[in-house]
Amino acid sequence: MGAQVKEQDMTPLLQVNALTKMYGPRIGCKDVSFDLYPGEVMGIVGESGSGKSTLLNAMAGHHAPDQGEVVFDTRVDGPVDTLKMSEPERRMLGRTDWAFVHQHARDGLRMSVSAGGNIGERLMAVGGRHYGEIRTQAADWLGRVEISDSRIDDRPSAFSGGMQQRLQIARNLVTGPRLVFMDEPTGGLDVSVQARLLDLLRSLVREMGLSAIIVTHDLAVVRLLADRLMVMKDGHVVESGLTDQVLDDPQHAYTQLLVSSVLQV
Amino acid sequence: MIELENVSKSFTLHNQGSAVIPVMERVNLQVSAGECVGLVGASGAGKSTLMRLIYGNYLAASGRVMVGDLDVAQAEPRQIIALRRETLGYVSQFLRVVPRVAALDVVAEPLLAVGTPQNKARDKAASLLAELNIPERLWSLSPTTFSGGEQQRVNIARGFAYDYPALLLDEPTASLDAKNRATVLRLIEGAKARGAAIIGIFHDEAARDQVCDSFIDVSAFSPKVAA
Repeated sequence: MGAQVKEQDMTPLLQVNALTKMYGPRIGCKDVSFDLYPGEVMGIVGESGSGKSTLLNAMAGHHAPDQGEVVFDTRVDGPVDTLKMSEPERRMLGRTDWAFVHQHARDGLRMSVSAGGNIGERLMAVGGRHYGEIRTQAADWLGRVEISDSRIDDRPSAFSGGMQQRLQIARNLVTGPRLVFMDEPTGGLDVSVQARLLDLLRSLVREMGLSAIIVTHDLAVVRLLADRLMVMKDGHVVESGLTDQVLDDPQHAYTQLLVSSVLQV
Repeated sequence: MIELENVSKSFTLHNQGSAVIPVMERVNLQVSAGECVGLVGASGAGKSTLMRLIYGNYLAASGRVMVGDLDVAQAEPRQIIALRRETLGYVSQFLRVVPRVAALDVVAEPLLAVGTPQNKARDKAASLLAELNIPERLWSLSPTTFSGGEQQRVNIARGFAYDYPALLLDEPTASLDAKNRATVLRLIEGAKARGAAIIGIFHDEAARDQVCDSFIDVSAFSPKVAA
């Protein structure tokens, strides 16, 4: 049982404490707290308007929360509250150890720059300067997300939706982040493309030892990808726990409704 | 290795007038290393429920569910994840896999999860699939396209790829022909011999008698309905 003792001693990669975001008098998300450990994948589910995307954006620093802490275990300084970081520090974090995969690939890509350029840009942001090396890495990553390297000079606007999404993932993961935020990564893709993307995400998570927080409304996606699950309703976390426990033996009325509403194929 | 003390389980159906359905109470059982205990009882008596309580799919209402030195009823998700990776295996009746992943990789996955090198994990997976008579031409295909019996065998191969110190087997011999059934029983006996603690559900009485050292009648744990 040595390994379990070791895991208990581990510092959480991300500690979220009492995070609250209000839109005027309305609640975006309220009093959300959890710890995420290295290598863990956490799913956040809930219906539209439940606050799951608000929470994700507040954690990722896209909009400022009203209260709370988002403490990240940085490589150099250990745990730091990212909300108190200076803007340049947070931007640097966003380019190195953090990644954000948007629901719409267009929001996460530069549509007027070639596929290779989209990947290379992130490498250059962390100091990559050698053109040949950047191009080699870009080609390597296109291969890893199953895009032919003959498409390296094409713009993403010439790609299908599924390819754009895979390109966005390549662009985000090329710098070897430790934490990836994903907002409905498989939303809007047809099922065969979804399956391919899920398979890809799962193997990348395992090979790279990534931690991830995935917002989705698709319970099948979290069952396959997430170790842990948080269920949100009206801005509050109503239930959380091990993914299969929450789905197989939901305790809260809302989770029971959610689970029983899924259509069986 | 596995020890349940005074465990009870009930389901509360919030959307049906908050009906509380007690399903089990005062569950006590103990399984030592190298021992195989068979769960018996009529359909619906709670054999699978008991297994899910031990695996952590179901949340116990009260009591202790000890596997090794972890109380599953109280553990954090990441402790249960570590337990499932390193200590406790579960062969369910249904295979749930990511579409598109090859059968060989599905079987090798538990080994890769504990850090076994890729080639060793794949070798072990290949030998298990061969032993369970899955034709080699199917190994690179996703098991989602396989027949029920083939899926069941892939599931068993996956459950036995890594040498878990504790194993839960839900109907491992169901829908298998005589030859494969014998292979599965041999795998179970092998696991016992290396010291695994096993809890099994077998409807096949001959199989049950061959591998189980003792039996527990789950209907004894049914809540007494106040008449």
